[in-house]
Amino acid sequence: MSVIETKDAPGRQDVTVGAGASMRGPVVMLAFGVLSLVLFGLLPDSGGTTTFGISTSSDFVRFDPVELPSKATAIVLSLVALALAAYGALRVRGGRKVPTWVLAAFGAIWVLTFLTWAVTDKSTSLVSLLQGSLLLAVPLAFGALGGLLNERAGVVNIAIEGQLLTGAFGAAVIGSVTGNPYAGLVAAPAFALVIGAMLALFTVKYHVNQIIVGVVLNVFAVGLTSFLFGSVLKDNAAQLNSPPRLETIAIPGLSQIPVLGPVLFRQTIIVYLLYVAVAVIAVALFRTRWGLRVRAVGEYPQAADTVGIDVNRTRWGNVLLGSAVAGLGGAFFTIGSVGAFGEEMTAGKGYIALAAMILGRWSPVGALTAALLFGFADKLQQVLGVLQTPIPNQFMLMLPYIVTIFAVAGLVGRVRGPAAAGEPYVKG
Amino acid sequence: MSAAKPAPPSGATDPAPGPERPAGSKSGNGDRAAQVLREVSTGTFGVTFLAFVLALVIGGLLIIAVDDDVADAASYLFARPADFFTAAWSAVSEAYAALFRGAVFNYEASTVSGAIKPLTETMTAATPLIIAALGVAVGFRAGLFNIGAQGQVIMGATIAGFVGFTWNLPVGIHLLVALLGGVIAGGLWAGIAGLLKARTGAHEVIVTIMLNYVALYLLQFLLTTDAFSTGNQPKSPSVKSTAQLPLLLGDGFRLNAGFLLAILSAVFVWWLMSRSTIGFRFRAVGSNAHAARTAGMSVTATFVLVMIVSGALAGLAGATQVLGTEKFLTDGIAGSLGFDAITVALLGRSRPLGIFLAGLLYGGLNVGGRVMEVSTGTPIDIVLVIQSLVVLFIAAPPLVRAIFHLPAPRTGASKEVAA
Repeated sequence: MSVIETKDAPGRQDVTVGAGASMRGPVVMLAFGVLSLVLFGLLPDSGGTTTFGISTSSDFVRFDPVELPSKATAIVLSLVALALAAYGALRVRGGRKVPTWVLAAFGAIWVLTFLTWAVTDKSTSLVSLLQGSLLLAVPLAFGALGGLLNERAGVVNIAIEGQLLTGAFGAAVIGSVTGNPYAGLVAAPAFALVIGAMLALFTVKYHVNQIIVGVVLNVFAVGLTSFLFGSVLKDNAAQLNSPPRLETIAIPGLSQIPVLGPVLFRQTIIVYLLYVAVAVIAVALFRTRWGLRVRAVGEYPQAADTVGIDVNRTRWGNVLLGSAVAGLGGAFFTIGSVGAFGEEMTAGKGYIALAAMILGRWSPVGALTAALLFGFADKLQQVLGVLQTPIPNQFMLMLPYIVTIFAVAGLVGRVRGPAAAGEPYVKG
Repeated sequence: MSAAKPAPPSGATDPAPGPERPAGSKSGNGDRAAQVLREVSTGTFGVTFLAFVLALVIGGLLIIAVDDDVADAASYLFARPADFFTAAWSAVSEAYAALFRGAVFNYEASTVSGAIKPLTETMTAATPLIIAALGVAVGFRAGLFNIGAQGQVIMGATIAGFVGFTWNLPVGIHLLVALLGGVIAGGLWAGIAGLLKARTGAHEVIVTIMLNYVALYLLQFLLTTDAFSTGNQPKSPSVKSTAQLPLLLGDGFRLNAGFLLAILSAVFVWWLMSRSTIGFRFRAVGSNAHAARTAGMSVTATFVLVMIVSGALAGLAGATQVLGTEKFLTDGIAGSLGFDAITVALLGRSRPLGIFLAGLLYGGLNVGGRVMEVSTGTPIDIVLVIQSLVVLFIAAPPLVRAIFHLPAPRTGASKEVAA
């Protein structure tokens, strides 16, 4: 899983490592390949079988669950993974980069090998696993998108957690009052704007340190939503805190595709909005005049100012936009899943979103990919918890955080954010 | 007048900021952060006071907004406006009075011990806050953001607790070893972030945030193992009496020797930062890493050391929590201590005495908030709102001055020009 992050060459400012660094990817792949061959393939007893379900009961075309001999499958998959690693090593020796598809395929096969081993003598549905992963990735992806909109303009957004929480709160309350989940969906970004406006006011206008403001705003959001929950929502749950949930919309045709159809196209509107948001933000940031300006402000505000871009106005705009996007993700926690709002229900997801933004290298597609990885890790943890596998689920829960630490430490490819992020811009 | 004028242009013509920015963005970040931290910590007393007033007023408005009696009176506001204001006043004054009774002095209590118990509870709650905030402040003054006090408190509490309920050692030594275990655990946990920053440039904010969660899940895992748990509950055995911090005021009160450790820690941090060579190095790196490097100091080694000291204090805070107040480990042992410590450090302006007072204040708000919740039904979470607003307002003196229509001080204006 961690190998996916090696897809770029080492960071430009990383002078000491130089050309040899690109060998790091294949070496890590080889190490993981050998690990899976020994741990999942050679060491376990033979004779066990692993059962994967690959369709749901409501599919147009139904497939029977696949039953595989665990040991043999794990060995074969490990060998394929090792072959991919060897291919990557050959490419690097030839002076070229490891293609992204090799890394992606390696990651997928490695995870499948792990699953084959973990599910030995049991059965699990791949469709529900992937469906759940996507669902759990939704708030992370929205949060990461909101974060990168801020940081691309040079404002560090630690307050994603607070924006998710206020978004969740707003969606629940307005959804309950109006009885319409779509009104809640509109309210979520509007409520999160409060946190965004405070972030912009204190960081952009008053130049207070962005990290301090972010941390304090998270406390503020927890305090405010919990206070309102305890004093108003709890006693009037029927009127104020029982929103209808967003219904699942199956997209005709597309949702009938085997395996992927139900995963991608039988979801609520939040998931479809996520597809749209990723595409729009990716195009807007990298293909439009607006995006160029935003990135200029985030990298080198003095230069942007010199050519007539209003740095602080751009930052205000992006902080507000980013908080609205993150707030939309907050709607997932209430009307997108359980319905009612609960105290501190985001439970640190905002910080994982921050991590997804960093792992995704401040790009929308990257953020989505990282969010999906974290969502998958979370879902896998739930599934394995139910199946009573040998891995304690606390270690699965730790995984996103550890992967992020490895990533920022440059152990699996260096990540580098917008240069001016964290610095207030004072004209002059 | 004319003598004062020439000063700003000499700063304005200085070409240094322009060309320097693109070359050394990493260290430029650190300098800027340190500068902002200095600004946060040099506000005036007046701004602090007004920030409190503002936060309490906003808190009061929130209490009024959700109060049932006020809502009833508001429905006939124009018929009898006095009712509305009476209801609003009683809602706020009752809540804040309960807060005071719970935090400082219970004037409704029938016994002396009952009357002063709230104050001792405040001191008990303030103990870990003060110690952890001192750790955060050491980082701030060296230009490092240790957002990971939470994780370091957890690790400190975990190891101190483990030593406390597993090992058998003589009285006195057992307590010392357990405390030391907490200090070392917290220091090493934060040292990871320091080492990664020194070696790879990984930003300490991200690493410490991530380590908070790793620490939490590690503790949750440990509580499922036989070494840490009792039966099926995710709860450890009680710390043995030889490892418990002695009570200061007898069995009736929870106040323990941890409070003395908090005082000692404050004195230690004062000595470290203001009187020792190491502290001078910390502050030099914090105010200008370039200059410190030029002066022959190892900036990277300082990063590691700062984080270790910072984490060690947070670890000690965790140790006092488990050995003095809670006596056993759960996954909620740290509460929100680590995050509260950040706000306490900011409120105390990173100075030991300021942190001591801010810690008492926050401890009081937390303890009093519970009494307020029980007696008036106002959720304790209002305390979080007040606490966060105070810190925000203190960090932005121009905003506070603008709200109260105060003139900007002359020194502040010239500083803004210089920046």
